[in-house]
Amino acid sequence: MPADRWEDVIAQTIARLLIPMILLYGIYVIFHGHLSPGGGFQGGVILASSVILYSLVHELDQATKFFKKKFRVILEPIGPIIFAFIGLLCIFFSGNFIQYSKLPFLGDKEMAAVSITIIEAGIGVTVMAMVISIFFSLGGRNR
Amino acid sequence: MNKLAPTFVVLVIGLIMAIAVGDMPPFGALNSPASSYLSPYYIKEAYDVAGVHNIVTAVLAYWRGYDTFGEVTVIFTAGIAVMALLGRE
Repeated sequence: MPADRWEDVIAQTIARLLIPMILLYGIYVIFHGHLSPGGGFQGGVILASSVILYSLVHELDQATKFFKKKFRVILEPIGPIIFAFIGLLCIFFSGNFIQYSKLPFLGDKEMAAVSITIIEAGIGVTVMAMVISIFFSLGGRNR
Repeated sequence: MNKLAPTFVVLVIGLIMAIAVGDMPPFGALNSPASSYLSPYYIKEAYDVAGVHNIVTAVLAYWRGYDTFGEVTVIFTAGIAVMALLGRE
């Protein structure tokens, strides 16, 4: 361990207590988005902020160990892919693009709600991976 | 003279807009066109059509779904651009 390495026990302890709550709150914001203010974009940023907090109180290398570039590259296109897949599925079942009520598995209303929830989850994953990627790219080279 | 004509045009157009603002309906007026055709439809139909209690989510993901699809693509493209510029091997 180099001597000039910045380390703060108080910040690390507080972060260790806060990060699970931030993650839980982010997931709550994503999946409660159809009942209360929230949704994929906001929840994704909250999820990413927990990783950013971790890499602020620890070294950036330790954070990049959990979110390797290969893993992030897989996570990033998930949102557009899920959205386009569900939208094209509606065309397949003789509807318009993203006309959820044409999907056959449940009633019109329920199918729309389920589709919206899945899409919001995909958006959350994309936004989380993207914010983390941008933070890592700006924070250090080759990560 | 070179800057006088554009200034004159800007001032005249600004004056026209300032006069027009006086005829706009007050914020949140019940009888304004914005809140008498589309908003009541969304408020009435959000749960019955989209199955979602939150009207904002219903508008974003159901009626304006194409727009949201574009927003996700914008986020994706922005991240790809940053990674291509800064995260290069």
